[in-house]
Amino acid sequence: MTELSNAGGPAVPDIRADYMALTRRRRAYSGVLLIVFVALMAAGFQVADDRNAGGFRDGLHNIFAFPAQVIGEAVEKAALLPGHLVKFFPALVETINIAAVSTLVGALAGLVLSLLSTRGLARFPRLIPLFRRIMDVMRAIPEIVIALVLIFVLGGGPVPAMIAIAFHTGGALGKLFSEVNENADLKPVEGLESVGASWIQRMGLGVMPQVAPNYLSYALLRFEINIRASAILGFVGAGGIGYELKNAISWGQGKFDEAAAIFLLLFGAIVFFDQLSSQYRDRLTRGRGAP
Amino acid sequence: MLDVENVTKEFGATRAVDRVSFAVERPGFIGIIGRSGAGKSTFLRMVNRLTDATTGAIRFRGRDVLALKGAEKRAWQSDCAMIFQQFNLVPRMDVVSNVLHGTLNRRSALATFFNLYPAEDIHRAIDILDRLGIAEQAAKRAEALSGGQQQRVAIARALMQDPQIILADEPIASLDPMNAQVVMDALRRIHEEDGRMVIANLHTLDTARRYCDRVIGMRDGRIVFDGTPEQLTTGVARDIYGADASFSEAATSTSLARLDRPARAKETELL
Repeated sequence: MTELSNAGGPAVPDIRADYMALTRRRRAYSGVLLIVFVALMAAGFQVADDRNAGGFRDGLHNIFAFPAQVIGEAVEKAALLPGHLVKFFPALVETINIAAVSTLVGALAGLVLSLLSTRGLARFPRLIPLFRRIMDVMRAIPEIVIALVLIFVLGGGPVPAMIAIAFHTGGALGKLFSEVNENADLKPVEGLESVGASWIQRMGLGVMPQVAPNYLSYALLRFEINIRASAILGFVGAGGIGYELKNAISWGQGKFDEAAAIFLLLFGAIVFFDQLSSQYRDRLTRGRGAP
Repeated sequence: MLDVENVTKEFGATRAVDRVSFAVERPGFIGIIGRSGAGKSTFLRMVNRLTDATTGAIRFRGRDVLALKGAEKRAWQSDCAMIFQQFNLVPRMDVVSNVLHGTLNRRSALATFFNLYPAEDIHRAIDILDRLGIAEQAAKRAEALSGGQQQRVAIARALMQDPQIILADEPIASLDPMNAQVVMDALRRIHEEDGRMVIANLHTLDTARRYCDRVIGMRDGRIVFDGTPEQLTTGVARDIYGADASFSEAATSTSLARLDRPARAKETELL
């Protein structure tokens, strides 16, 4: 259509001049942005370094002292490592169990919340802001705070940790899931609506097949994060491998060999679940029959 | 100029392109026709090195382009522009930036990230857009344009490369008949005015007859026809498409038969 009005449109020299002006403006913006970025980084570093008790430059050469001591002690007592691995394995299983249950519960909550807060899919479009704020709150409260409150109320153990992590996971996965939902194709949903399907049927049969692979990969990533989170919660009395790590890593007890064994177990667990998740994801995206 | 020798591409057990050989002596407008899955796209992608050939050689001015690696391969790619069915522009960048992408092979990554293209390149990009009749769209995002306009931006990007060969993979398959004509006219004009070689995959016979100097027919990965548009009779077309006597061109034709050919010169008024 635009070409029809060619005679009245701007001539090439004008277009050139306009575009060059636009380019200059963009370059100026990116130049300013770069300067601001560098200045902020430099200034921020100065402020942080000044407030530091020790000072960044003075402490820099000590940065490897602690790891070196841990590794040194672990190598010294290398013969004890297999024994430690066997000893702490049950604690690892408890930690992974906390992570698995909380990921599952959190993912289910996130699934429902995400569908309720995605434009175009929501059951109650007017309540989208409400569900979004609920997810914001779930993400905003640190797991450790919830865990501490619950441990105080319910007593120490894996259940408070599970609830705390699931709460946070629900908010985090809800946000990620709803971004996946936004990219889902609405045509199949419309197709199902045209045959008289209910909202739950439309979501389950029209949306889920499209988003499931992405959901799964986000949930598995979250599972990894949750293994680490549940280990940290062990520090505040939620049990599992974190409790053992807290005891072992404290300075001056000569238990660094145990700490090294626990790190190895955690690392192994993360690698294992990473491999497992990429395999499952492949199978889900390519279909069950594919090689 | 261009010698294609026994080029073969195997995907597992199937041969997508099977011992294709032909030679081109001087820059022409060459059309490749055949039904979907005949290996047309795979062949063009091998020429541009987007896909690696299993065996064979493609010699351009005596040099085997299938053997090139690294920077030499990328230099060849910048010398042999590709136009895609789905345009393959960067949708969120403006039209001139998309055209300037044609110079990426000559520029450093850092300079292009910060949009530091030389002023003469920017001017040339706008001149090319003007030649294709879409200079007013210069500052718009590519995604805001119609399909026909986007394809002309893609042609402008190809021209910005200043290529020896332009490969067009079904350039009009996603366009309505009117835009298709504008785009094909633009390609033909580039061939006639600049003397560049154009190799286009086409899926309609009338387009091939109307625009090409030479037509190559492919079926199941093999060349089954190689001749002038005049030699492309309905009988030959049935062979190429593997159709029986019920095959009728008119049934699938997308040409605007009532529009006169001189429209080619006035392409910019068509949209």
